[in-house]
Amino acid sequence: MEIIFFYLVALIVVISGILVVRCQSPVNSALALVNTFFCLAIYYVMLRAPFMAAVQIMVYAGAIMVLILFVIMLLNLGTEAKKRYTQGIVWSSLASLLLLVNVVYFLKRGQVTDSVGDITAYTVQSFGHTELIGKALFTEFLLPFEIASILLLVAIVGAVVLAKKDV
Amino acid sequence: MLDSYLPILTLIIIALCFSIGSVVFSRLIGEKRMTELKMSPYECGMPPVGSARERFSVKFYIIAMLFIVFDIEVVFMYPWAVMFKRLGLFGFMEMGVFILILLVGYAYVWKKGALEWE
Repeated sequence: MEIIFFYLVALIVVISGILVVRCQSPVNSALALVNTFFCLAIYYVMLRAPFMAAVQIMVYAGAIMVLILFVIMLLNLGTEAKKRYTQGIVWSSLASLLLLVNVVYFLKRGQVTDSVGDITAYTVQSFGHTELIGKALFTEFLLPFEIASILLLVAIVGAVVLAKKDV
Repeated sequence: MLDSYLPILTLIIIALCFSIGSVVFSRLIGEKRMTELKMSPYECGMPPVGSARERFSVKFYIIAMLFIVFDIEVVFMYPWAVMFKRLGLFGFMEMGVFILILLVGYAYVWKKGALEWE
């Protein structure tokens, strides 16, 4: 049952991914990208990572897509970019094929560490996925977490400096 | 464990069926009488003043950017809130520092008048 669902969602992801690059209007591409993000969130749920799924929808399908749509409208690509870049399809498919071979090679070479190490499928299920992330983030990775706030601060200042006429 | 997501899946399927169904059925069985007034674009009740596909002001960009930043701030609060009791005062201080740094950014944005729609 789960495997059928997996392939069904995979089909939707691939189709929406193709639509992202093949759509005539950039806004349609952006909407197809939302679909892709949403399906990835389904995969996070299937991987027993509900927090990642929530973040995927909130940040990527929500905030990032708002920004992408605004940039499309700022540049007014809606009417002008009728002719999308369609040359070089041979080279791009060759590059993606190479990438696929690489990914499959490394996936085959690696080993599954499910029952080894601190975090196993059992701990995730008994302790809770969000709790594990919270524990790691606020004890072990405290400094990166605080640095992230400075990164966000820089993003705020950068946006104001870029978009404001008189800073 | 995935069984607990079954209601969500059901809801998504019902929503999809309803939205697709209402469009398809209204096209199939609805009567179509096209008049010029009916087919004209609707713009808050007044006659359209021009193409909707104009370049948008950069003011929207700053709002979108601020939305992303504070959205991510809230995302960090979820795992913190779940672990709040076990982290204790230490976790509270951590989040305090995090919010304080972002509060500086908020004060900066406010001071520069970036939230105002001039």
